Amino acid sequence: MATQHSRSAARLMMAPAVILLLGWMLVPLVMTLWFSFRRFLPNRPDIVPGWVGFDNYVRFVTSSAFWPSVQTTLIIVGGALLITIVLGVLLALLLDQPMWGQGVVRILVIAPFFVMPTVSALVWKNIFMDPVNGLFAHLWRAFGAEPVVWLSDAPIFSIILIVSWQWLPFATLILLTAIQSLDSEQLEASEMDGAPPLARFFYIILPHLSRAITIVILIQTIFLLSVFAEIFVTTGGAFGTRTLTYLIFQRVLESQNVGLGSAGGVYAIILANIIAIFLMRIVGKNLDA
Amino acid sequence: MSRAVTTRRKTINTVLAWSIGILIFFPILWTILTSFKTEAQAINDPPLFLFFDWTLENYAVVQERSDYMRFLWNSVIIAGGSTLIGVMIAIPAAWSMAFVPSKRTKDILLWMLSTKMLPAVGVLYPIYLIFIELGLLDTRTGLVVVIMLINLPIIVWMLYTYFKEIPGEILEAARMDGASLREEIIYVLTPMAVPGIASTILLNFILAWNEAFWTLNLTAAQAAPLTAFIASYSSPEGLFYAKLSAASTMAIAPILILGWFSQKQLVRGLTFGAVK
Repeated sequence: MATQHSRSAARLMMAPAVILLLGWMLVPLVMTLWFSFRRFLPNRPDIVPGWVGFDNYVRFVTSSAFWPSVQTTLIIVGGALLITIVLGVLLALLLDQPMWGQGVVRILVIAPFFVMPTVSALVWKNIFMDPVNGLFAHLWRAFGAEPVVWLSDAPIFSIILIVSWQWLPFATLILLTAIQSLDSEQLEASEMDGAPPLARFFYIILPHLSRAITIVILIQTIFLLSVFAEIFVTTGGAFGTRTLTYLIFQRVLESQNVGLGSAGGVYAIILANIIAIFLMRIVGKNLDA
Repeated sequence: MSRAVTTRRKTINTVLAWSIGILIFFPILWTILTSFKTEAQAINDPPLFLFFDWTLENYAVVQERSDYMRFLWNSVIIAGGSTLIGVMIAIPAAWSMAFVPSKRTKDILLWMLSTKMLPAVGVLYPIYLIFIELGLLDTRTGLVVVIMLINLPIIVWMLYTYFKEIPGEILEAARMDGASLREEIIYVLTPMAVPGIASTILLNFILAWNEAFWTLNLTAAQAAPLTAFIASYSSPEGLFYAKLSAASTMAIAPILILGWFSQKQLVRGLTFGAVK
């Protein structure tokens, strides 16, 4: 059906997008790889740039900041995933039930996703978590408790809270879409057979949701690994909130140690790719269907 | 048999869902309320909920002190420009993949998706260096290009899934009637695909508007959009809650409204068609 003519036209029409993305991927990637093997500190003319082999890679992982940053990254990503998935499933189940004003509730729940990261981070930091004037401080004092200094006493928890608030809508919306595609006859049949609600959840709903949950986990992981603005405007990486992404940012732009930061960047790229492979396999399977 | 309990259950569902919905929405609601208070009322203990002297003063102060309109304009240009250019590049590509698929189409689509996975921080310095060399640092042009490129895979994917749903026979019929490729795309495909294209534009405008890695790292005074403008409140002087709230409200209001229209597309766009 497709003629030779339309085939070559198709190739031509694809070209701009392919070439642009190829350039966008390859040029910076090759540069990062190149820098990662060199000693390169643009702000220090006294240090001669030169080839150092794998030195930067070794120094990046042996620096005292590396393992804490990996740990922080895992806790923030894992914590936010746990909260958004568990609450997301519960919320999606609830929103699927018959109720009045469902559309409005859905709008309320989705709203945080549209708030730009710098706004949500600053609003949480000041208006809610401030130890003197924050709303939480007022609340704590109202119950006679000593206000918590959130961002220095429980910094990682605070960031998980902010990030989860932003991503809960995403998880809920996707899981709700998946629940709504569930065949209701199957549920009704199991109800008639006398399956209790909990059994229905674990044997019918949860298996049906497994694919959507996997997709939420993978996509959120990719975004959560590169959480930046939320840390940038709250703690600036202090109090043990320095993630891998933030550590690389500091090495590259704050201390201008480009060689070392680039080696870190290569690690981050490898890490993201491992997760991306799993995601692409699921998405790819969907393309065949 | 289950119909009998419906009303009671429905009431419980409604109360529960509304409570949770309001709880999740509360930070936004509180920010909007605070923006209408005076600075002293904003930190009043106990907090004032509705009964305070409503004032628009903060909005005037924010605009006057920081030239809010310039940041807003930068956001509009960056988000709008990157989305429109991206869509113009992506329409032909998505068309060819949807209607003239080859053995490699799937690989190309997945490869495009993989460029989206590249962590920004991994290529921060090269981009920074290229921007300095080309004189693009702190320019709107530079950001339009970068944001267009990071969203291009999503735009291609969304358009592809929408185009896939258009029956190919209609295009073939147009071709039989002697329509050229260009005419086919402009007069047949595009009108049918308008809803899909509109949703794509909407979602990508929102993503571009909220992008906060490149906009924070590649701009200073000239091209800074609202994300960077808000970030400048992280080191404030004196009382500033009401002003922060007013600035925040202005930054998120347009996108909240647009966002509510794009709920359905959000799922399709952000899961690359894997959940519909």
